[in-house]
Amino acid sequence: MIAIVASAAQTTLVHLSTVDLVIIAFYFALVLGIGFYLKRFAKTGEDFFLAGREMTAWVAGLAFVSANLGSLELLGWAGSAYQYGILAAHWYWIGAIPAMVFLGIVMMPFYYISKTHSVPGYLQLRYGPAASALSAVTFAIMTILMSGVNMYAMAVVMKVVLGWDINFSIWVSSLTVGIYVAAGGLFSAIFNEVLQFFLIWFGALLIPILGLIETGGWKGMVARIQQNFPGQDFTHAWSTLGRFQDNPMGMHWTGIVFGLGAVQAMGYWTTDFLVVQRVLSAKDIRSAKMAPIIGSFFKMAVPLIVILPGLLGLAVLPMHLVPASSLQPGQYSYNEVLPLMLARYCGPGLLGLGITALVAGFMAGMAGNVSAFATVWTYDIYRPFLRKNAPDQHYVSMGRWCTLIGLFASIGTAYLAMGFASIMDYVQALFGFFIAPLFGTVLLGMLWKRVSRAAGFWGLLAGTLSSVTMFTLMKLDHRWVSVFALSPHAQGLAQDMYQALWSCVTCVVVTVLVTLVTKPRPDEELKGLVYALTEVAHEEHTSFLHRPLFWGIAALAVLLVLQIIFW
Amino acid sequence: MSEKHEIIPVWFFVGVLLLVYGFLIFASGLAEWSHPPETVHLANLHAPVWWGGLLFVLGLVYCIKFSPKRKA
Repeated sequence: MIAIVASAAQTTLVHLSTVDLVIIAFYFALVLGIGFYLKRFAKTGEDFFLAGREMTAWVAGLAFVSANLGSLELLGWAGSAYQYGILAAHWYWIGAIPAMVFLGIVMMPFYYISKTHSVPGYLQLRYGPAASALSAVTFAIMTILMSGVNMYAMAVVMKVVLGWDINFSIWVSSLTVGIYVAAGGLFSAIFNEVLQFFLIWFGALLIPILGLIETGGWKGMVARIQQNFPGQDFTHAWSTLGRFQDNPMGMHWTGIVFGLGAVQAMGYWTTDFLVVQRVLSAKDIRSAKMAPIIGSFFKMAVPLIVILPGLLGLAVLPMHLVPASSLQPGQYSYNEVLPLMLARYCGPGLLGLGITALVAGFMAGMAGNVSAFATVWTYDIYRPFLRKNAPDQHYVSMGRWCTLIGLFASIGTAYLAMGFASIMDYVQALFGFFIAPLFGTVLLGMLWKRVSRAAGFWGLLAGTLSSVTMFTLMKLDHRWVSVFALSPHAQGLAQDMYQALWSCVTCVVVTVLVTLVTKPRPDEELKGLVYALTEVAHEEHTSFLHRPLFWGIAALAVLLVLQIIFW
Repeated sequence: MSEKHEIIPVWFFVGVLLLVYGFLIFASGLAEWSHPPETVHLANLHAPVWWGGLLFVLGLVYCIKFSPKRKA
């Protein structure tokens, strides 16, 4: 393997030495070894799909954050930081922390007490099979498509950065993931996500440390950015959000607060099963509540290794990076800022660590996708609609096969994306269609016992269709951008935020209207599923240092301080 | 970490990873001490040596603290 990789690396962004290749090879050997070791523990359905529900709050919390900390996420947001400045940090702060705290304090008790295996599983209990099937089928399809598209995107990055053959990257990384997830199920996925967490931090943390030494600290960095890009403000998070045209993102503060913070982030962090599954693996309800809150502290710190390298790129890189769409020979795109910074400060050994962190992030993301797909397919599609009441072992076998089938479907999607590059934008947009309305459906179901089964289904469908309609109209005719995103200056990310906001509002309005004209479910059917009818263990006798609420408030306080510092 | 299963804690595997990587990076840093790579900025700070050393020490601590042979 080393020989193949080494021979492929000719004229590329970075060149790997023998020690770098040994570091990468050791990672592959270790994750495969862990997968085979954990196979003996993944015997029952609960073991395979929920890691035995025995993870501590720390392990579940780190896996929860890592499932979202993929390499494309790192590369993409570092690129966004170069393009938009510190505005990109909002996706790690207001676009994550309140939602994570909300998941831990408000929503987790319902997921955990209902003993559901998945988010569609909760919808099955709360709204019945129609809403659950709609959610499960869309999630399963989108997860596989996303996994394949990410796989292709990562293979392209590996080709650009390292010169690796695209087919080689796709097959070696996919088969490794397939083997270890099929063997150990969620146990394997979570173990490797925790490893990835450490790898990413230790692989990327040197860039901001050395970058700040080179620029003479934060003030020196800001001065250099102003010198390189006169008249542009890249280092204030809120002060440029008063008007759409005052910042490069074409964003208004209402889009960040309501579209991102109140809807899209809430939708993603509280209803996307890929991340929620990690918390469901916690050993008890207190751990389940603490896991996302522990994760929120680390999430808040991620801009240090993602956003700051992008800003440092603005300050120290001798060339100006450009959008990928207008890339000319000899130029570099925004998304290459992190590898460029890695190559700037890291020699042999450290370079291998950084590249391994990227590979690990990609593989952990894929493992998350296929393990979530296997769970939703087995428990929310196969068991209720195709084969009820089979022995537990049958469903474990189905989960193992699904892992491999999901993997090969992802590989197929990757090759599809290779043939039709524009499919990538559409798949990512498709995923966004379902998240915001799903949040409205799940939240109303948890907080309002009056919501009927029909209301849950029709609200979810209406919200999703409204999202698709807005997306299509804005793509076909730019005049619609002024209508939905409130300004013709709104760029892609700003359009996404308002699209999420209006689709969630549509979902809520339709759900409420249908509820008012349909019959509610009897209270006895809703015990453990809605706020008014659920006994959640009280924490009066617990020391405040052990209370999730205390740490949730602490996380929000730190978030507030960060906003003031970088205002 | 586990109550139902006697699984080696994930922290032990983290320790092994950091230990091996720390050793490799530290060693490569020492090997290039007198002739650091010309294309790397701030190579005079010898980052691989202290970063590799840090990883090695952390890995060692994790391996010892979470060793499968050591019962909590």
